[in-house]
Amino acid sequence: MNNLNNIRPDPDELLASIKLEEDQGQRGKLKIFFGMCAGVGKTYSMLESAHIDKSGGKDIVIGYVETHKRPDTNELLTGFEIIPRKTYNYKGTQMEEADIESIISRKPDIVLIDELAHTNVPGSRHLKRYQDIQDILDSGIDVYTTLNVQHLESRTDTVSQITGIIVRETVPDDIFEKAEEVELVDITPDELLQRFADGKVYTHERSEEAVRNFFKKGNITALREMSLRIVADRVDAQLRVYMQKNRIRGPWKSGMRLLAVIGPSSQSAKLLRWAKNLSYTLGATLLAIYVESARKLSPAQQDQLNRNINLARQFGADFMTTSGNDVVKAILDISQRENITHIIVGKPKFRSLWSYFTLRNFINKLIKYSGNIDVYVLGSNTSEDNQYMKYLSIPGFTSRLSHYLLSAVFTILTAVIFYPLKEFIGYQIVAFALLFTVSILALFVGIGPILLSASLSALIWDFFFLPPPFTLHVNNPEDVMMLIMFFIIALIGGIMTSRVRRQEKLTRERELRTNALYQLTRELSMTSGIDEVIKVSAKYVMKYSRLDCSVILQGGNNTLDKIIRPEKSLKLSESELSIAEWAFQHSREAGRFTETLPSTEWTFYPLTGNKLPLGVVIIKQKNPLSGDEKAFWEAYRTQISNALEREFLNDIARRASILNESDKLYQSLFNSISHELRIPVATIMGASDTLLSGDLDNDTSRHLCIEINKASERLNRLIENLLNMSRLESGRIKIKTDWHDVHDLANKVIEVLRNEVGKFNLEVSIPDDMPLVKIDFGLMEHVLHNLLLNATQYSKPGTTIRIKMYYDQKCFVMQVMDRGPGFPREEIQNVFNKFYRLEGSISGGTGLGLSIVKGFVQAHHGNVFIENRQNGGSRITVMIPTEITDMMQIKLE
Amino acid sequence: MNENETILIIDDEVQIRRLLEILLSSNGYNTVFASCGKEGITSAATHHPSLIILDLGLPDIDGQQLLIKLREWYTKPIIVLTVRNSEDDIISALDKGANDYLTKPFRSGELLARIRTAIRLSSEKETSAVFESGSFSIDLVNHVARKNKEIIKLTATEFSLLSLLVKNQGRVLTHQFLLKEIWGYSYLEQTQYLRVFIAQLRKKIEDDPAKPELLITESGIGYRFGN
Repeated sequence: MNNLNNIRPDPDELLASIKLEEDQGQRGKLKIFFGMCAGVGKTYSMLESAHIDKSGGKDIVIGYVETHKRPDTNELLTGFEIIPRKTYNYKGTQMEEADIESIISRKPDIVLIDELAHTNVPGSRHLKRYQDIQDILDSGIDVYTTLNVQHLESRTDTVSQITGIIVRETVPDDIFEKAEEVELVDITPDELLQRFADGKVYTHERSEEAVRNFFKKGNITALREMSLRIVADRVDAQLRVYMQKNRIRGPWKSGMRLLAVIGPSSQSAKLLRWAKNLSYTLGATLLAIYVESARKLSPAQQDQLNRNINLARQFGADFMTTSGNDVVKAILDISQRENITHIIVGKPKFRSLWSYFTLRNFINKLIKYSGNIDVYVLGSNTSEDNQYMKYLSIPGFTSRLSHYLLSAVFTILTAVIFYPLKEFIGYQIVAFALLFTVSILALFVGIGPILLSASLSALIWDFFFLPPPFTLHVNNPEDVMMLIMFFIIALIGGIMTSRVRRQEKLTRERELRTNALYQLTRELSMTSGIDEVIKVSAKYVMKYSRLDCSVILQGGNNTLDKIIRPEKSLKLSESELSIAEWAFQHSREAGRFTETLPSTEWTFYPLTGNKLPLGVVIIKQKNPLSGDEKAFWEAYRTQISNALEREFLNDIARRASILNESDKLYQSLFNSISHELRIPVATIMGASDTLLSGDLDNDTSRHLCIEINKASERLNRLIENLLNMSRLESGRIKIKTDWHDVHDLANKVIEVLRNEVGKFNLEVSIPDDMPLVKIDFGLMEHVLHNLLLNATQYSKPGTTIRIKMYYDQKCFVMQVMDRGPGFPREEIQNVFNKFYRLEGSISGGTGLGLSIVKGFVQAHHGNVFIENRQNGGSRITVMIPTEITDMMQIKLE
Repeated sequence: MNENETILIIDDEVQIRRLLEILLSSNGYNTVFASCGKEGITSAATHHPSLIILDLGLPDIDGQQLLIKLREWYTKPIIVLTVRNSEDDIISALDKGANDYLTKPFRSGELLARIRTAIRLSSEKETSAVFESGSFSIDLVNHVARKNKEIIKLTATEFSLLSLLVKNQGRVLTHQFLLKEIWGYSYLEQTQYLRVFIAQLRKKIEDDPAKPELLITESGIGYRFGN
């Protein structure tokens, strides 16, 4: 089995190598000039390299190079285009930073930017320069940069141990590991010390003392060794990638998986760095875990925990949170699930007798039950221990003052009630009563008040109840025993209860969140429409996290549409919109409490679906999110993203189907309407040509004009119908109803069609008590017009056409009856279809009339149907549900 | 009779301009043309036309905006000509001071009639106190209306509605305008009042209430008292 694994490349790794390759294809390449410390000549080497590349025809610009006015370095600058730096005003001082936007828009082949670990002036695009460089690489530009070994995140501890200098500007190891090229710039320690003595070395350290301490042969040798080893390790890694890519068999990744157990202490950060180094050397995967327990964290601890989690993520470790009072079991469960080979824990600190037992127990248990998993126990730094003690408050002391008062009052009250009874029931029973009070209090208040209550009741019992009364002195040895036991029982009972309660509260909160997530999921699954989805999402975010949430969606072309939804929510400035755009483009969070553009009050989280980038969600956080909240918020976002993506895909599908439909429409248009258009056009052209040729008698001219007139009317009607059809097709018909007198409707249409209906015996019947109805007059006019025109076209002149309007069963009913040929029974259901024309129907129709009637009636939520009449002819009935007005009421007013 | 009347036509369509020129000059009007809004304003200022025919869809200025500009100083009638079949556009144009409207395609007879009415209305210094049309007559001063010489009983509201329409005879009055004038601002949406009263009035003054000739409905826009 093991053998097989060694021969066949792990698919995941192959995938990773393909991905890496793809990334490299689009992205620029990063080359790092790496040295043991300042003064080894990194910038100089970088410039030299650039000169060589330049003579090779590359377009190279300088984004930010610090020569520290060294003449030889300065000289090398000549011949390069220098992108002017951007100036920031920070607290009155002018600070300069590389101008990222200009570099990206200048788009050279290679840009030189010194000092990868540099921290930017507040107000810049990113907190750190390496983040700027990521953006530049993303835009396809190669970057040359410099880095000292002490700035590597995972090495800072060792460096501070060696040199005594605490390094604050760090670069995630990830950046270094992913750099395409690392060039070691190395000189011997003696040479460096000589350069230092000659004053050729410039460091950021202001204090000469510190600098002198730093530049000692011992220090430099150690740093040199470290940097040499790192570069050598890197070569190993490169070889491994190369072997994977070329399917060369060999010693693959060790298959080792490390689990670092972290907590809310700064020791955990150290542990993570150590674990990272180990995983790097071993070629192992690193996971980090935090076990949440009933212990309440102080704000400082919460903060440190967040920093540790971020650090783990920076190291590229998978991070997990689990919860449980039994830490060992939680760790081992995860280990088994994740095939962990090594567990790394910090050495526990024995702060008290209590912790001595529990914590020693912890390591013993872990070792006992971990089976074949190796367990590393790391030592701790004593100097930091004290600091640790400082913010290790006994949890729960932060109860409200009212709880302390309450506990005291109830304890005293119990004592007062039992004081008169002590003669009858004996002082031992009183102890139980007091104990009872303490236990009850434990159900409602924190550990602090319980401690108070327990001590107070012990004192009261001793002073007022134990003989001799009114002294703290105790006569009987049994009573002494009892007093001590009383105190211990009260304390343990109280503390245990309150711990259980806290655990319970934690579970409840978790349950609440799970429930919230479930509810969101359920409601989202029932919601349709993008705006609705956003509304529901915003509602739930508000409900469970009390945060106002807004969304900006993508507007196609891989950009945001700049419309903030739901409407009437926040207003964003141009620059804030560009942060949103950044978060969207890079699928990373930005804004407040993040590392990118934190100088704004909003935080921007990308919404990314499986297939589409969807947009950005904006919230105004008051505090950074804790690990738990972060996970919850991520789950929430995933749900919202899924729902949004579903809507987006629906939308795309719907648009495709509309397009399909309109394709069909145009097809039919070309087939059937081009004919209908040509006839009147031909008539107009022919008739006007004849008129122009002149020499016609008055009568002929008049007849030609009548023909032109008729043809243009026919054209006009056709255009009207086409326009109406396209209004229906686009789905954009919005009916505008108002009160109308149906007499007006009949009059208007008859007036327009007076030439056509003139040849018929037209009967209009509307009852005298016909109320006003609420309809869209324009649409109903088209309906009646088309029906009446149809009737005149298919019936013989001289026959009767009846229009009947009345109100029945909350509907306005309109009927048009003729004595034409009627409709063939089997064709009746088809006559409302677009372009449907009956066999042998007269020319001049487009097959649109009745389908427009149906469309407009449906827009009124009404109904239309056709019957053949008993004695020949047809009856078309339109029913429109409507409100009515009480005419009498108005007349009386 | 139309010899002194100059009509300014603001329209960017050459064919429509040509058609109007033939139609209007053959009916004795002088015509001046402008193909865009700016030109229109200049022409209106230099030629002092008796009437302006304005197309709402102009290349440079939105017709509604032009209407507002013209109405700042031009007091004579403006007839709006539009292909826009939207009632909202028409109502907004009437509210901005247009005297009448016509949608393209239009009948030439209809246009001429509207022009005549508009010019006549603007030239009349005062509406005469007594109005007559066929068998119907109304005395606006003495509040008396007659049909076939018999006095018709009208309620106060009916009379004010009728007299408002008669005073603006030939001109479209929008629903909103009528509601505001007769019932007040709070009734702006209550079109049913208007419909009921118009139906009542028709029964009292029309020869055939089913085919009204005096109280004409302009669907979706308002009412006009016919000539």
